[in-house]
Amino acid sequence: MTEAVMATNSPSVFLLTVNGQIEGANFPEYDNLYCKYCFVYGHDWAPTSGLEEGITQITCKGSHSSHKLIWNFPLETTFKSTNPSGWPQLVVSVYGPDVFGNDVVRGYGATHIPFTPGQHTRTIPMFVPEPTWRLQKFTSWLLGRRPEYTDPKVVAQGEGREVTRVRSQGFVTVSFNIMTKDMKKLGYDTGPSSPANTQSATSGWSTEEQPYKI
Amino acid sequence: KGESLQQQEASLESASRLQIQRSSKTSKTGNHIAIILRTNCVVFICLFILIMQTQAGKGLPTAEEAYNFFTFNFEPEPQDESEKISRKRQKKKKAAEEDRDEEGGEGVEEQEDSEEAPLVRDEEEDLFVIEQSSQDFLEVKKAEYIGYRKRVQQESELLFTPSFRTVPTSIKLPENMKPRYLEDEGLYVGERPPISLTNENILENRILKMEEKWFGDDGRIMALPDPIKESSTRPPLFHMEEDLDAALQTVYRKSKYANLYIAGAADPEGDYQLDVDVSGLIFSHHPLFSREHVLGARLAQLYDQHLTRQHNNLTGHLTDKLNGLRSALRNMLDIHSGQSLTQAITMSSIFVCFSPECRRNTRQLRDSEQEKDRTLLKNIVKVWKEIKALRDFQKFTNTPYKLYLRRENVDRSSDEREYEDEILAEVVELEAESEEDYQRKFAEYKKQLEEWKLWRRKQKTKKKKRKKKKKGQAQDDTEEEDEDQEGKPPEKPDFDSIEQQVREKASRIRRKPGEAILIPELSASGNITASELCPRAEIARREDVSRRSLFIKILYNDKEVSRTDSRSLNTDFRVHFGQIFNLKIVNCPQSINLQVFEEIGSSCSLLAQVFVPVPEPSVVMGNIPLEEFEFSSNQRVMFDHEGVGSDVPLSFEADGSNKQTLLTSGKLSCCVSWGIGEDDVPLAPPVSQQPVGIHSGLGRLDAVTYIGASGLYDMKKIGEWATQSRLDPNDPKNASIMQLLKVASSGEVTAPEYFRLEQLQEEFNFVTDEELERSKRFRLLRLRNQEVAEFRNYKGVPALEREVTDKVFQDYEKRLKEGEIIDTKEHLDSHRALVAKYLQKIRESVINRFILAKHHYLLSDLVVEEEIPSIGGAGSGILGINLFKLAEPKRPLKPQRKERKKVTAQNLSDGDIKLLINIIRAFEVPVRRPQTNKPGQSSQSAIQGSDWLLGQVQVRPFVEVSFQRTVLQTTTADGPNPCWNEELQLPFSAPNGDYSAASLQSVKDEVFINIFDEVVYETGVVRKSVHTRVEKHWLGSVKIPFSTIYSQSRIDGTFKVNTPAVLLGYSKELSHGTNGGYDTLRSLSEGVFITLFITIDPQLVPGESIREKVNHFDSQEDEHLLQASERFERDAAQAYPDRPCITTIIDLNGKTVFITRYIRPLNPPQELLDAFPNNPQETTALVARFVSLIPSLPDRVSFSGACDLWSTCDQFLTLLAGDEEEHAVLLCNYFLSMGKKAWLIIGTAIPEGPTAYVLTCEQNHNYLIWNPSSGQCYGQHETFCPLQTVGSLVNADNVWFNIQEYTSPMTMSFDVTKTNLWKPFFSRTFSHPGLSSVQPDELVYRRTDKAAAAELQDRIEKILKEKIMEWRPRHPTRWNRYCTTTLKQFLPKLELSGGRDMAEGHRHELQSLLGDNRISGFPLHMPFSEIRPIIEAVYSTGVHHVQASNVEFALAVYVHPYPNNVLSVWVYLASLVRT
Repeated sequence: MTEAVMATNSPSVFLLTVNGQIEGANFPEYDNLYCKYCFVYGHDWAPTSGLEEGITQITCKGSHSSHKLIWNFPLETTFKSTNPSGWPQLVVSVYGPDVFGNDVVRGYGATHIPFTPGQHTRTIPMFVPEPTWRLQKFTSWLLGRRPEYTDPKVVAQGEGREVTRVRSQGFVTVSFNIMTKDMKKLGYDTGPSSPANTQSATSGWSTEEQPYKI
Repeated sequence: KGESLQQQEASLESASRLQIQRSSKTSKTGNHIAIILRTNCVVFICLFILIMQTQAGKGLPTAEEAYNFFTFNFEPEPQDESEKISRKRQKKKKAAEEDRDEEGGEGVEEQEDSEEAPLVRDEEEDLFVIEQSSQDFLEVKKAEYIGYRKRVQQESELLFTPSFRTVPTSIKLPENMKPRYLEDEGLYVGERPPISLTNENILENRILKMEEKWFGDDGRIMALPDPIKESSTRPPLFHMEEDLDAALQTVYRKSKYANLYIAGAADPEGDYQLDVDVSGLIFSHHPLFSREHVLGARLAQLYDQHLTRQHNNLTGHLTDKLNGLRSALRNMLDIHSGQSLTQAITMSSIFVCFSPECRRNTRQLRDSEQEKDRTLLKNIVKVWKEIKALRDFQKFTNTPYKLYLRRENVDRSSDEREYEDEILAEVVELEAESEEDYQRKFAEYKKQLEEWKLWRRKQKTKKKKRKKKKKGQAQDDTEEEDEDQEGKPPEKPDFDSIEQQVREKASRIRRKPGEAILIPELSASGNITASELCPRAEIARREDVSRRSLFIKILYNDKEVSRTDSRSLNTDFRVHFGQIFNLKIVNCPQSINLQVFEEIGSSCSLLAQVFVPVPEPSVVMGNIPLEEFEFSSNQRVMFDHEGVGSDVPLSFEADGSNKQTLLTSGKLSCCVSWGIGEDDVPLAPPVSQQPVGIHSGLGRLDAVTYIGASGLYDMKKIGEWATQSRLDPNDPKNASIMQLLKVASSGEVTAPEYFRLEQLQEEFNFVTDEELERSKRFRLLRLRNQEVAEFRNYKGVPALEREVTDKVFQDYEKRLKEGEIIDTKEHLDSHRALVAKYLQKIRESVINRFILAKHHYLLSDLVVEEEIPSIGGAGSGILGINLFKLAEPKRPLKPQRKERKKVTAQNLSDGDIKLLINIIRAFEVPVRRPQTNKPGQSSQSAIQGSDWLLGQVQVRPFVEVSFQRTVLQTTTADGPNPCWNEELQLPFSAPNGDYSAASLQSVKDEVFINIFDEVVYETGVVRKSVHTRVEKHWLGSVKIPFSTIYSQSRIDGTFKVNTPAVLLGYSKELSHGTNGGYDTLRSLSEGVFITLFITIDPQLVPGESIREKVNHFDSQEDEHLLQASERFERDAAQAYPDRPCITTIIDLNGKTVFITRYIRPLNPPQELLDAFPNNPQETTALVARFVSLIPSLPDRVSFSGACDLWSTCDQFLTLLAGDEEEHAVLLCNYFLSMGKKAWLIIGTAIPEGPTAYVLTCEQNHNYLIWNPSSGQCYGQHETFCPLQTVGSLVNADNVWFNIQEYTSPMTMSFDVTKTNLWKPFFSRTFSHPGLSSVQPDELVYRRTDKAAAAELQDRIEKILKEKIMEWRPRHPTRWNRYCTTTLKQFLPKLELSGGRDMAEGHRHELQSLLGDNRISGFPLHMPFSEIRPIIEAVYSTGVHHVQASNVEFALAVYVHPYPNNVLSVWVYLASLVRT
């Protein structure tokens, strides 16, 4: 018990809990898609619990008016870190069969995990790399082997992207519920600026202010 | 008659069972068509065909019908369409009826038409009349054909085809005009929208044809600037579909300033109050003004002006001043009497202000003021007269204005006198002035005259001289010229005219002497005619006026906060409000706006608005007067009554001339001030907070203002620059700069002397640089960011400074220090230590280069895609093959090895990577020598002997693989040709857990594959069970560096096992040994072979060489050569992708060098040549041995795979470390100097992969292939030659690429003269440009240092002994001194024999010496580089594993020095067991 108190008084790491779900996607042209996700984070980050990567079920479009693909795939991961640099990013990549039944990539996308505690919804625009040659485009279509990134994590980095050409392709919607612990104690203030909002956020989502209140 | 078509058509329709409704519709369209048809018979036919088609199903029309259809003639029928339609409808129905009668009718519409049937019948007869008469008008004629040429001709009259050609500018411009380019004149010309030249030419030609004025002055078509913006201003759309759920829908909210609140306004006590006093307004013009009002307003205005003038009384002031000046001057003249005025003035500068100049100015001012007064008075009287005239004319009065002119009589005589005095004084002054003026001018004239005379004299002297020469000639002309230049003296001023002028002026601007002074007085006391007496229009106007009322809205920060009561408009167009509004404000005042609204009944309209300035905080209620703010509106209003309206031309003249346009305007009197609190404190916000809400400090700061000096930028310089570069002031792009310059030039700007690049940098420096430098955490972060090796993968930098320990930096700092101090213990040799340091430096620079290059990405690094399918060329049909693959069976009967998926190294961790080693079989393993030559042998020898006799257990070999101190072994097999076929998996862990490609490439670990013999000794029989002891005896080993496996990704083949020269207790099986002796060299390759397959699981992507990435290393080679070599290599790679071809390489300085420059005959050390003076073959072998003794160090290890650097031979001999290429180059150069024909082979070998060998051509065209790293040579047709593929050959003159069918040396020809087998780089088309060599002329060798070698020998021996004892921690290690000394004697002999199998005598000698000891041992040989590899090699033999209690060891070391510090190290190891 005392140890725990000690730990809270002078923390050396802060925690970031990401709950949420990959809600669905909006790919007007494609169907029967599934989604892979993984987190990309900096050197100073380490996941402490939850899955770092995962793969969703295959989903088809409903017959109703909205042609959305729904996955509702839960994300539950906790990170610990000492340094906000390299803040985790969620990388999603969507795959699905083409006309010939080959599994091809339908989109890559990435977004930073929101900084502030609370509920957030992110719509990630997706894109795929383009073939270099037109003939290649044809053959890749024919053979079902579209250009892919060597690693989906490429989309979370800025380096070297200038050599690629991509085509935009639909959207993926992700919702996050973010909790942080001890960030403020380490001197990182990510909360909303106006005090009123912080208040509500604290009561609802964050454990940030608890020790001071008691 | 004309309706016959209808009839016709309807008859067709009835046949085609169309419903009535539809048929009526078509008939209507038919009618329209019919009208058109009259002019065009072709369409007529079309229509017929159309109708035919519509009823195609129902049968064709009869011939008669068709005939009728074509033969009708129609008369024009332009009038009364609507009527006709109704008639037609009737007719059609009738026709339908008719048809039914004719054809027996199957009409569906029968029932519907039945009622109308009688109607139709009435007109029955008429229908046939037309049909009969039609023939009379008929003319049958064949279709007219117009020939093509004729048609073209006809068309050419009508058509115009604009030409493509450029129109000469002269045509486009009016005659005799040169094109004028506005750009050249410095005017701004916008960018024209892009048009293709052809289109422009066509357009120009067309315009020229049309003869319209569309060309600008520059002869081009006039065009507006390109209106297209370069970037889109529209924000990106995320939701393309409209079916968004409500929560995601965007909601429009007006933006607002968050920080407009006055600081401190959060507490409710600090309230501020703004008082707005709206007193009233007066219209100076209103649409409802009658004409009289207009004049009245003008009169009032003029009167106001008059009053203000009178109040200011400028004329009076100026007159007084003038008089004062005059008297002052007079006084001055009195004082300095006798002196002229000008002299007096010049004497004393104090009187400058009284100078005539000043007086004159004052006088002129007074005169103009007087004139103004006078005209104003005149105008007032004039307007008043007009009003009176108007009142008389319209017979009613609208305005209460009355003008009285009060007459103030003056004393006539005194007035006249004054007047005269005034005029006289002025005249005198003017005279004086003009006199003065004259004097000055005259002086000037005199001066000029003097000059002219002087000049003239000179001229004359000249002329005289000239005259002597040519008399009389042109004399007259010069005379005339002289006269012209003489000039004229100024005229004397005319004093009479001066007086005249003064009098004229006086009469114009001044009242006449004795005339009464007129003082106008305007009063509003007049009566207004009652409405009843006015004409109708006036009554209407007055009613309109009374209906109107006005109110004022008060807007604070563009928000309505209050409004006044609505007050009706008075007849005098004045509205009084008299209301004060107290505004409690929270927001910072931005604007106060009063809007005047006019209300007519219930509707109200905005008339005008007045912006009132926000008052200063000092302005409080009660201390400021009301101010009048003028307003006006440009609304256009017109009335049909007496009101004159607004923005309507209006004339007071009878003839309607002199029109004027009046706008609604007026004055609003109001005042705004801050309120006063209870204790007389002004309720105004503090000054500092007013202009800027300092809520978010930095957010609103502008960099320029922040610095304090608005002249942060050197305005002058900018100005200069702008003038120099001739900025176009009209170009919209330059607008902001021009604005800036304008501001800068108008205001006083003092530019600072300095220029700051990062204005706000200091604000962001939250700690000083020194402090940042001291921070350990930042240092850690920085080092990691720089990818310093120790920190590259440092995880979890502590969050707080205090948690960063100094320990983290220890290794790093140590390394930095070590850079300077050389650890001699590790290297044992000062020279090698220096070399190591040098190598380290090169390595660092190369690694830095590599780190830079690593951040340079290629598409293939990021994106995986199918290869470009090439249809032509050597690799033809890839596309076809791929297509063929689609049809391939999923599970073929003959499976083929598939490429494994490659794994990028980054997401791996310890234990993920395994080394798979498949040990298949071995050949010719040495067998145990039966120890039968001694009598009292132990029992085991008896067993062995029996085995030997049976020919069974000659040897029981097994293979032990050790890698990274993990040891695995196979099962034991029997016999000299064992077959294991076993797979061993060894885990691999990368250094520091860094699995990046760069780190993996630099792994120095080696895989040791050792063959052991398992020997079982019986130690005795205890209680019926036999106790045995198992010993393993080392037979030989294969060493494969991990880096080779990594770069090759798999190693597959049969390798020669390194067996010791002497293997005590073993001998080669003689069964199929030296039976023939056909070649002496054959015996060299005899040995133990092992077949292996090694790979890494999963397959790692080998780091690509830096060559591809940084394809532009600097080079001093000719550009042509580089291009040619690039082309050569590319062609080679395309045609034969598996044949290595190198034409350029990178030297140690990182420069690209052509490969042939490396080949040059170089002298080997003289000692080696002298060793066997009579045996060239031995000498060759010795030279090869020398080269192989230089330690091998793969570049990809030393430079972490960055690139393959080639050092020259002298560099190589200095560094004493190098790749296969360096060895090969050196060996090749030696061979060349020894007079051999030698080439460099670029090819692939096992296990090295891409490598370089040396090819020599011996006598009788025997080719020998030399492995430079081992010193071995192989004949061309040798089976186990490690060289697998020959890609290209290189010598000093040329590079040849192998274009033969096969690549194996066995099956190919080495005759490079055959161009169909070897493709040369330099050929006739591209001849050798005479490249000089990069190698030195001669190699200089240092003498061998025997003392140093002896010292090294002792040290190695000592270290090895310590190590062996260390590896046997549980057992005592005894050293057999006698054996050691014996062994020591053997080693120099072994060295002399070049490591070849010594005579049997050696073994016998030992045997006899050691007597009853069972001895097993072997000598190890290796080139010396460092101590570590020696220890590793000793360890891997496992000698120390002998566990018998009575074991003794013997260890002897011999270091043989070769020239240039090349050392050959021999270690003889033996274990002795006393039996």
